[in-house]
Amino acid sequence: MSSDTSKQADASRRDFLTMTATAAGAAAIAPGVFLTSPAVAKPADEKVTGDKRWGILIDTQKCANGCTDCVTACQTENGWGGENDPEKHSSDEQRAQWIRKAELKDRATGHVISLPLLCQHCETPPCADVCPTGASFKRADGIVLVDKHICIGCRYCMMACPYKARSFIHEDLKDQLPWAPRGKGTVESCTLCVHRVDEGRTPACVEACTAENHNAMFFGDLYDENSEISQQLRKHGGKQIRADLGLNTGVRYRGI
Amino acid sequence: MSQTTVLRRVFGVWLAALLALPVAAFGDGDALPFSKLSIAEPQRHFSPTQACVEPEEEMRRNHMEYILHQRDETMHRGIRTRQYALEECINCHATKDDSGNYIRVEDSRHFCASCHTYASVSIDCFQCHSDVPVRASALSGQHSGTDLARETLRFLASEGKSQ
Repeated sequence: MSSDTSKQADASRRDFLTMTATAAGAAAIAPGVFLTSPAVAKPADEKVTGDKRWGILIDTQKCANGCTDCVTACQTENGWGGENDPEKHSSDEQRAQWIRKAELKDRATGHVISLPLLCQHCETPPCADVCPTGASFKRADGIVLVDKHICIGCRYCMMACPYKARSFIHEDLKDQLPWAPRGKGTVESCTLCVHRVDEGRTPACVEACTAENHNAMFFGDLYDENSEISQQLRKHGGKQIRADLGLNTGVRYRGI
Repeated sequence: MSQTTVLRRVFGVWLAALLALPVAAFGDGDALPFSKLSIAEPQRHFSPTQACVEPEEEMRRNHMEYILHQRDETMHRGIRTRQYALEECINCHATKDDSGNYIRVEDSRHFCASCHTYASVSIDCFQCHSDVPVRASALSGQHSGTDLARETLRFLASEGKSQ
């Protein structure tokens, strides 16, 4: 009994200290910008667990029309598209598109919303449902990926995805980056920068958006009540695109 | 003559012709069918100071098993230890040509290509993965100091201690 009490006291003291530290950090910098990374790196030899679920919150009111900083950052980080795109023979519709900017116009009012569209990292991903080989899968921490080793390039997942988030590589590639292997005959999509997340860093798009002071994107653990993204969602809410499909997406939007 | 006997005779003639074929082919004194064809010997590119992650004999026979296991561990479970990572194989075994450029996998002098050409094994690792070092090795100790690399070194150090 006594040990339980002391544990509780310890826990509450720890919480208090953490909260104080967070408050001090938040006070020092602009809201939404923290000195520390929101995620703590897991040891390299530890497997990912379902204790976390990674997500992104996108504030469309802060997302500027015509700004493509997130897209450029993704291209640089993962080595697709850009000026030296090796997919020379493919049309724009065919080329890789891990993340793209979309503009939505309300016909009645003429109001335009600009937002980045990427893999929504669904809780129940239709791509994984239809994949005949098990190449499309959801990792324990909610990141939806393509295991290109077992992808046969049938592209069922591309048809199943309601967000048009996936693309197929039609041409031989060279000089891929070691942390983002890609190759002809396989389907690919946003990996939520899984190689960075495993190191405790944020995805390249979010980092770029924050670095350029747009602050339209927040990355974090949706299961952690104290994470920036959870607090933002609790306070201001965040909608899913095509919520009617009941996919419980990991990417949420505000202002749509 | 029954149908079976006919078939048996046809097969016998065919078998005899097949057996006689090599004799006819090497009638001109050639010892082996491809003895004039030169195949480059596989090249050995090992660090004189640093041992491989497993004994050489083990790696020669089973390197693919280690890489395959690591592949699934990393892809599906997010385990990112560097010990058996393909990238670290490349970081260590990649060689440069006379002008100081890394030899690409299309060139049979590339560490992986030299042996696989010799053994006539076609691999498709490098259709997606990098065949030359891109970022510094986490295992050499001369790495750039990313969090992951530090984490790995810490892990490897603790592993060494426990043994």
